[in-house]
Amino acid sequence: MPGLQPGQPLGGYTLLAPLHEGGMASLWRVSHPGQAFPLLMKVPHLGYGEGITKLVGFEVERMLMPALHGPHVPRFVASGDEGEQPWLVMEQVQGETLRRLLDQAPLPPDRVARLGALAATALADLHRQHAVHLDVKPSNLVLHVDPATGEERVVLIDFGLSHHAHLPDLLSEQFHVPLGTAPYISPEQVLGVRDDPRSDLFSLGVVLYHLATGQRPFGNPTSRRGLRRRLYQDPVPPRAIVPDLPRWLQEIVLRCLEVDPDARHPTAAQLAFDLQHPEQVPLTSRAGRDQREGRLSVAKRWFRSLGAESPAPTAAHAAPGGDAPLVMVAIDTKQQDRDLDAALNDIVQRLVQTSPGTRLACVTVMRTARIGMDSNLDEAGRNRHVKRLVAMRHWARTLQLPDHRITFHVLEASDVAQALVEFARGNGIDHVVMGARGVTGVRRILGSVSAQVVAESDCTVTVVRASHAARRTGPAAPDAAGA
Amino acid sequence: MRIALLADLHANREATEACLAALARAGCTRHVFLGDLVGYGADPGWVVDTVRDHVARGAIAVLGNHDQAAFKSPSEHMHAQAREAIAWTQRQLAPEQQAFLRALPLQVEEEDRLYVHATAASPAQWGYVSGSAAAGRSLDATTQWLTLCGHEHLPALYYTQPGPAGHFAPTPGVPMPLVASRRWLAIPGACGQPRDGNPAAACAVFDTDARTLTFLRVPYDHDRAARKIVDAGLPGGFATRLLDGG
Repeated sequence: MPGLQPGQPLGGYTLLAPLHEGGMASLWRVSHPGQAFPLLMKVPHLGYGEGITKLVGFEVERMLMPALHGPHVPRFVASGDEGEQPWLVMEQVQGETLRRLLDQAPLPPDRVARLGALAATALADLHRQHAVHLDVKPSNLVLHVDPATGEERVVLIDFGLSHHAHLPDLLSEQFHVPLGTAPYISPEQVLGVRDDPRSDLFSLGVVLYHLATGQRPFGNPTSRRGLRRRLYQDPVPPRAIVPDLPRWLQEIVLRCLEVDPDARHPTAAQLAFDLQHPEQVPLTSRAGRDQREGRLSVAKRWFRSLGAESPAPTAAHAAPGGDAPLVMVAIDTKQQDRDLDAALNDIVQRLVQTSPGTRLACVTVMRTARIGMDSNLDEAGRNRHVKRLVAMRHWARTLQLPDHRITFHVLEASDVAQALVEFARGNGIDHVVMGARGVTGVRRILGSVSAQVVAESDCTVTVVRASHAARRTGPAAPDAAGA
Repeated sequence: MRIALLADLHANREATEACLAALARAGCTRHVFLGDLVGYGADPGWVVDTVRDHVARGAIAVLGNHDQAAFKSPSEHMHAQAREAIAWTQRQLAPEQQAFLRALPLQVEEEDRLYVHATAASPAQWGYVSGSAAAGRSLDATTQWLTLCGHEHLPALYYTQPGPAGHFAPTPGVPMPLVASRRWLAIPGACGQPRDGNPAAACAVFDTDARTLTFLRVPYDHDRAARKIVDAGLPGGFATRLLDGG
């Protein structure tokens, strides 16, 4: 809308200062007497003769943003129309986009992994809300630092190309062209698929590749034919550019960049988990690759891509995380109880069998003194640590899970329940499984660990009892029969 | 203001009661009945009285083809079973109830909305909005921003775009913001005779302030509604349909 001036009212808001003049819209900082936090207004340009198409991205954003919430998206405030001129007001997210960091690339691997984990966590949150971003790139990832805690998080912005499973997709039927940003677009988006959350993992893989090596894995193709190369081309392995890049990071980045979505991480939460636990990433042939794949395998993929059309939509990825949950099992390796361990094993076995994409994190907590650091660094501490790991591996043996589906973690904390809750929260765990102890003196005084985990967790918690647990606590009181 | 949208009630008292209760819980203060109050179900008199009460208090109701059949003599082309069912419905309705149906308008325009039972392209011929092409023709026939209709029993949302209208199969319970730059056609789905494999009654809410549309599915005692159809001596197919939503 030409002629917007600072101080001008629009839709009940007051324009303060222009922030950005883009091809599609202007961004303004605005104020409203009822809102205390910084506000941003998006005002799309109404071009003459271009009809409705130019507005579509804005319309999509206007439909989607009210449906999104949480710390990883800007808060939606209001939208409306002033005559013919539509507008949208949202929270102005404080922070820099990752675009700036590209100038400093290659970044240290730990920093790349950290940024990747933050971005994947944000995407997992978005995917859980039934939305796929479809335009993940550095300029759409804002690194926000909480002023109070100093904690970092990534906030996703610009939902103009996004898809929401529960809202009409104004883009899907109208445009039979690949929708995305050329350097980052996933192979399936090139084919017109708009409902696969794993497309965002591919684009994030491009971002991580760029941050880790300083180069773009696929350049910046400008033709349709150039884009179609994404259906069969594989990138130069990152370690061929940065030889001392850790193998685990190459493994993760190349897995994100797999042409076949099924070969990528099944969910953003699983990708975030890998980036947070590099030492547990199982290395495959991807990790050791030092050059592009041979002509033969590329030719094979090229041949397969020839007839590739957008596949029929499937319900498989309609519920992100639904078929590939992160399950955490808390195991007490100190006071082992054979019956309880067996019952726990039985329940977990059933969980991993019903969802073949499940990943299992086995966790145990070593109690430390409340004050001071009784360090794990001395010999005795290391011994205890290893003992716990051995015990957990032994417990998990009968599950017969391959390495890429199971990880082991020994935590140290004074408050066991709090440590379990924090681990679950920090790793995007979907389901916690743990045993309940019988009534002991300690439990009567301190309260049970499982009860505290149930009360404080954000996710589903299953508390398992050995079937005859009631017998061991002595003769049951008459009213305890059904408890 | 939140407007309750009910279509194809089809003399189903149990479904209508359940929907009205759910819509009240959703904060609706105004009602629009999109035609076919009668036909198939066992409680035409109760449904007509209920809608008449609402209309007396400011609600809007439009005429459906089954409502028309309830005061006109049945067509020669109709097959025997359908003719018998209509004759049964006519016997259940008192003259003033038939008079209420006779007085229903074919369509109503309110603010930027059009309420009509069938397609706006040929409302009196009872054409169906059965897909994107038909929805496009209906949207072309009106300048209103939002068309709300019934007749077709499947819940659906259509919108203008270059070429045939866009189609979306709604997810119940999710408020959808309808952007001003498109024009929209919504079918809440059948309250009294769902046919999409889900026996729960269908209805919808339009919020005039937030400009959002929310489709709802409301479970109700469909066993009872089906039993009453059988007890009334109406064709058994009308009853079994309620059980499996087919």
